[in-house]
Amino acid sequence: MEKNIKRYFPVFVLPTLVSFVTVFLIPFIMGIYLSFTKFTTVDNAKWTGFDNYIKAFTQDENFINALWFTVKFTVVSVITINFFAFLLALLLTRAIKGTSFFRTVFFMPNLIGGIVLGYIWNLLINAILGIVGLDITYDARYGFWGLVFLMNWQLIGYMMVIYIAGIQNIPHELNEAARIDGASSFSILRNITIPMVMPSITICLFLTLTNSFKLFDQNLALTGGAPARETSMLALDIFNTFYGRTGWQGVGQAKAVVFFIIVATITFIQLKITSRKEVES
Amino acid sequence: MKKFLSIFMVVCLFATFMSACTKEKENTPNNGAATVRFLNFKPEVAQVYDEIAKAYKEETGVTLMVETAASGNYEQTLTAKMGTKEAPTLFQINGPKGYANWKDYCADLSGTELYKHLTDKSLAVTSNGKVYGIPYVVEGYGIIYNKEITDKYFALKSKATEYKSMDEIKSFSALKALVEDMQKNASALGIKGVFASTSLKTGEDWRWQTHLANIPVYYEFKKNNVDLTSDATNKISFEYAENFKNIFDLYINNSTTDKKVLGSKIVDESMAEFALGQCAMVQNGNWAWGQISDVKGNTVKAENVKYLPIYMGVDGEENQGICIGTENFFAINSKASQEEQKAAADFIYWLFSSKTGKDFVINKLELIAPFDTFSEDERPTDPLAQEVIKWMNNSEVYTIPWNFTVFPSQTFKDDFGAALLQYAQGTKSWNDVKELVVKRWESESK
Repeated sequence: MEKNIKRYFPVFVLPTLVSFVTVFLIPFIMGIYLSFTKFTTVDNAKWTGFDNYIKAFTQDENFINALWFTVKFTVVSVITINFFAFLLALLLTRAIKGTSFFRTVFFMPNLIGGIVLGYIWNLLINAILGIVGLDITYDARYGFWGLVFLMNWQLIGYMMVIYIAGIQNIPHELNEAARIDGASSFSILRNITIPMVMPSITICLFLTLTNSFKLFDQNLALTGGAPARETSMLALDIFNTFYGRTGWQGVGQAKAVVFFIIVATITFIQLKITSRKEVES
Repeated sequence: MKKFLSIFMVVCLFATFMSACTKEKENTPNNGAATVRFLNFKPEVAQVYDEIAKAYKEETGVTLMVETAASGNYEQTLTAKMGTKEAPTLFQINGPKGYANWKDYCADLSGTELYKHLTDKSLAVTSNGKVYGIPYVVEGYGIIYNKEITDKYFALKSKATEYKSMDEIKSFSALKALVEDMQKNASALGIKGVFASTSLKTGEDWRWQTHLANIPVYYEFKKNNVDLTSDATNKISFEYAENFKNIFDLYINNSTTDKKVLGSKIVDESMAEFALGQCAMVQNGNWAWGQISDVKGNTVKAENVKYLPIYMGVDGEENQGICIGTENFFAINSKASQEEQKAAADFIYWLFSSKTGKDFVINKLELIAPFDTFSEDERPTDPLAQEVIKWMNNSEVYTIPWNFTVFPSQTFKDDFGAALLQYAQGTKSWNDVKELVVKRWESESK
């Protein structure tokens, strides 16, 4: 049997391999190549070396601004989302009535698409700010907290489900033994629950980190970068560069490559750090 | 048996995979004659082009395949399509800047029939004596006003101005006096404000950062005798900035909407306010007629819709007309085969010269076509188009061309629009806006 599987290995892996190569690997390599060229469409590219990268960092102040805004947003939303998701997970794993109902309710925002969500929250926030005669474009802070709030609303439920799964997997004996030994709820949380759900924390941090960093739809629909690109995040900035100026498609592409490197590095470091903390149960 | 089954499965999988790839090819007719592949710019007339394709097939036997880009996504769609085997043979560019982007794909059109019939050759996109874009429509914009409401104002007892008709409004000072007094009497006139909302949401601000900005730029280029095809357009000093501020202030201070919340207003809302009679004036072009007449419960009568030139306090503006030009130019893909290029040229000539084609242009597409194949009475009948023709033929006034086709980039326009919003909200001074325009214009032209 073992031998059979090995023999058919290429056959089984082929479909996945073909789709991976055609829809991911080839476009990805082409994208890197295009970032070194000046192009209108993929087949009239002219090699320009590092010109696009230089332009992205020197001639275009928007990129650095967007990077800074994205970092701030990511830090705040990763912390808040995981904090609240974990809190909800703790609450909803207790023996109280209606937990499954609440789990469903909290999970539901995640089923709505980003653009729709952005427009809905745009209306809601504008309605609230309308009381004082303003709207979300008045101040970059409104846009920032609007985005944080939106992301929390959308992702808490999803992360909560992952945490719930983690918490439910903790062997009962551990908690019981700790309680018999007279441990307080806080030290159970600190010394048993958190170490035991470390795999969930790894995955949740990874998901929130990448989702926040790559945020596009919600950003586009909620603020569109207003006021004056101050709330424009990296993905939106790349999009705007690509179509904002004739001959700057390559610069947009260069920004996208830099963007990829940043996201990849950060998540790699995060995965390394958190998975080191995971314990075997 | 198992072995056979697994091989069979793999073959099946591959077959479906391959058939998915080849399916598209089967759909394209292969009867020898070159087809025309057109990427349409205006989603609102997508259905009309389907009818045109049917009629064209019946009359000539040539297949016309029309694809339509979603609103505001033309460049994106064109970029994606141009890289494919089924690239459009007929597409459109938006002027000299669009040509600069697509010059590798634009064929020389100086020999085409349609170009020979173009009434005003200066409208075409040219480079080194060759023609790369043929304008197929003439459009005009200005301040659209509802005569019913202005007449109501002129009949008011409480009015503080001397004016008795809109014909007397021939300068910015007159317009300002009229608008401000109308705003005071807003409740008596039954309106919320004189002007519709100055839509300044990102992506909805083109009426100001492009259309309104065209006028001060036009006067600056005119004053300094700037050759529009030269590099001299790479720098402006925005010397008519104060004039721009004049009219912009008038718009935002006498509006249906408080200026602090203009950042969430879109063009559709402005047009709806006008259609519902909540305001008396709105700046827009003749393409907006559809938007006005389609609004449910609209109270504006076709015969009451008129144009006023956009006065902003420039010397000699008594003779200024509305802004007339176009940013819709046909271009033919130079990378397509000779037959395909000819087929595309034949199609556009058919559309603007044959009886069937002209009927579509006038009554369905409602275009004012700038070709001598159209006689005086072969014009669209919607009131705004009629008004544009009237202003075009008015020899007492000079029309302002669409010089915004030389604006450096979309990034420039977006930044300008964002600055206008901040100015309206009171978070940016006018001087900063002016500086930003000058600086961005130069940096985006580099």
